[in-house]
Parts: sequence; C-alpha cells; structure tokens
Amino acid sequence: MSRETSLVSADWVAQNLNNPAVVLVEVDEDTWLYEQGHIEGAITFHWRDDLQDGLIRDLISKEKFEALLSKSGIGNDSTVVLYGGNNNWFATYAFWYFKIYGHGDVRLLDGGRKRWELDARPFVSAATARTATRYVAKERDNSIRAYRDEVIAAIGKSNIVDVRSPAEFSGELAAPAHLPQESGQIKGHIPTARNIPWSKAANEDGTFKSDAELKDLYVGAGVDLAKDTIAYCRIGERSAFSWFVLYELLSVSNVKNYDGSWTEYGSLVGVPVAIGA
Amino acid sequence: MRTCGATAGGPDLSGIDLSTQTIIQGVILRDGEGDGVPNGAPVGNAYVRLLDSTGEFTAEVPTNVDGQFRFFAAPGAWTLVILVSGAREERNVTAIKGNPVNLVIEI
Repeated sequence: MSRETSLVSADWVAQNLNNPAVVLVEVDEDTWLYEQGHIEGAITFHWRDDLQDGLIRDLISKEKFEALLSKSGIGNDSTVVLYGGNNNWFATYAFWYFKIYGHGDVRLLDGGRKRWELDARPFVSAATARTATRYVAKERDNSIRAYRDEVIAAIGKSNIVDVRSPAEFSGELAAPAHLPQESGQIKGHIPTARNIPWSKAANEDGTFKSDAELKDLYVGAGVDLAKDTIAYCRIGERSAFSWFVLYELLSVSNVKNYDGSWTEYGSLVGVPVAIGA
Repeated sequence: MRTCGATAGGPDLSGIDLSTQTIIQGVILRDGEGDGVPNGAPVGNAYVRLLDSTGEFTAEVPTNVDGQFRFFAAPGAWTLVILVSGAREERNVTAIKGNPVNLVIEI
C-alpha cells in the first residue's frame, strides 16, 4: 500500500521486459486494442469474458480466478504488472480484483497505454504464449468491496465518493460520454456523495498526480480520511481507479469500491437519489 | 481547398438514434500537402478528450484506424483536446441534439 510497491513507470517496464518474474497483463475496455498492438510479452484479460461471472452479476469465483491465472501462466510468486487503455480504468479494476483474491505482488503501469504511446514506445502484435501454472487464490477479501446495503447505510455517515463526470453526477448524462446514453436507470447520484471525478487524480497523459496533490484533492473536497470511504461510478471500474489512488497511493486502508455502482443503485426501488451539482 | 471527399468526418451515423443522442464526432488527419489543409493520412490511436464548459474532463476515446472518434454528449459547449505523440490540439464546439457536430481536424 504505497506508490513504491504498487506503481511502476514506463522506464521500469522497459527495463523488465525480459524479467521472467514479471508478467505484464493488458486489460482494456476496447478489447481490440491488444490485438492491434501491445507491450512485448504482455498477455491480456477480457474485462467481461474473463472477469465477469457471465450468468449472475458478480466477480468470477475463486476457482475460476485460479483457472484463469493458471492457464495464463501467472504464478503465486509472479510480479503482475497491469496496464490498459482508457487511463487504466479496467487495469485498476483488475488490480482491485487481484487484491480481492489476495495476490502478493501486483502493480500498475503509471499512465497505461496512453503514456506508453505518447512516449512513442514500441508495441508488438504477436500474442504471448506462457507456460501454464497451478495458481492458488485466497478467499475473497471483502474489506475492499462494498455492497448495496452498506452503501445505503453510509448515506450521511461515511464518505461516499462519486467519481463519475460532473454531468453524470448531476443527472444530465446517464453514462460516460463515449457511450450511448442509457435509459435503464434513474439519473442522479447517491445523497451526500461528493463528486470527485476520477480524472482529477490523473494528469492529461494518464499518469497519477503527486501524493500531495492527491491528498489535497480529496481532503479539499471534504473527504475525512479518518472515516470509512466508499467509491462508486457506473459499473465499478472508474471507482477502482479512485480506490487505487486512495488505498494504494495514499495508503488509506478503510476504502471500498462499490462495483455495483450506479447501474445497481440507480435501479433499486425506493432508495433516495439526489440530482444537481 | 479541401479535397478529402472520402473522409467527411467521423464514423457512419447509420444505426444511431439522432432523436435522442447528441453527437460530437470527427476525424483526425495529417496536413498532407503542407498547406494547412487536413487532407493527409488518418491518425489512428490519437487520444481525444472531451471537456465540459468549465474545462472539466468528461470522456476520452482513442481514434480508430481511420482516425475517427465519436462522443455521445449533451447539448451545450464542449472542448476537445487531441493528444498524439509530440502534438496537442484544442477545438471548441457547440453540441445540439439531432444535429451531429462533425469535425475534420488537422494535427
């Protein structure tokens, strides 16, 4: 839980491309990006096909997680370095997932694909083959995952951080502006939530701001770091990004990601909703 | 004078319900003939950022292999920021429901 143990630079990755202890994993929202080009030696996880249960709405089971990592050639002692497009949204979601199942050494490439591309560093198109392992996961760590009932109980008591864009928070938009606008949920936000968009924690090139800037961001917006904090967005991946900032970079231990997020909350019957800035 | 007849802007709009969606889209091209006119090769994997009227980040997409991008926005004033290795451009646009903004941007 610190910048030193959870974040690596593009230079570090470039120097460790042939390090057998390091496994690079790309996780994108736009899943065609990996085929188009990826960092040499990287494998990819599909955020939906690999990381969603598929039948019920939930994370994959411990057994499926073990099978996924085993066939991907990831060992319990591997240093897993995650990166992806969209400013690492789905890579941080996967990072949170690795923490849920207790992986020892997992890190994030600062800036993800964007910083790598803006640096004009090379991509390769050939898929990576790795030798299968026998991965053993731990039981789920639910101390970093929030469920709907504790979100409702947190209204007016704990910090609730809505990391979506201001237009989604206010109820003007129902989804991020690169997606068609949905009509399945009520628009708005959870009452007493503070709107601290995930993007405020990142520089334009996708890298994270400094620890001092990040602390000012959350404390300045009224987050009391001594209290419990729940982060949410629309489906739980942008809030995984903000969870990463709080939990890993700022070492705040009592932070949970509510992966049900607005697609769950905005569909619940009878719960309170607020609109406006 | 523009000569890029085949690349009129962003992706094909067929299948998009323009009665409900407010579209900002376009294409990023190189200045092909060095005359300040965007008629060169499309720029794939440029990063296009959508900022709201207060300058707050709202969304970001990479361009496709044809250099195209699309946002589903809300009516009003927006700013686009285009990032590629070694260059950065900004454009201010006004989005209207039912009447897509379709841009050709040189970088």
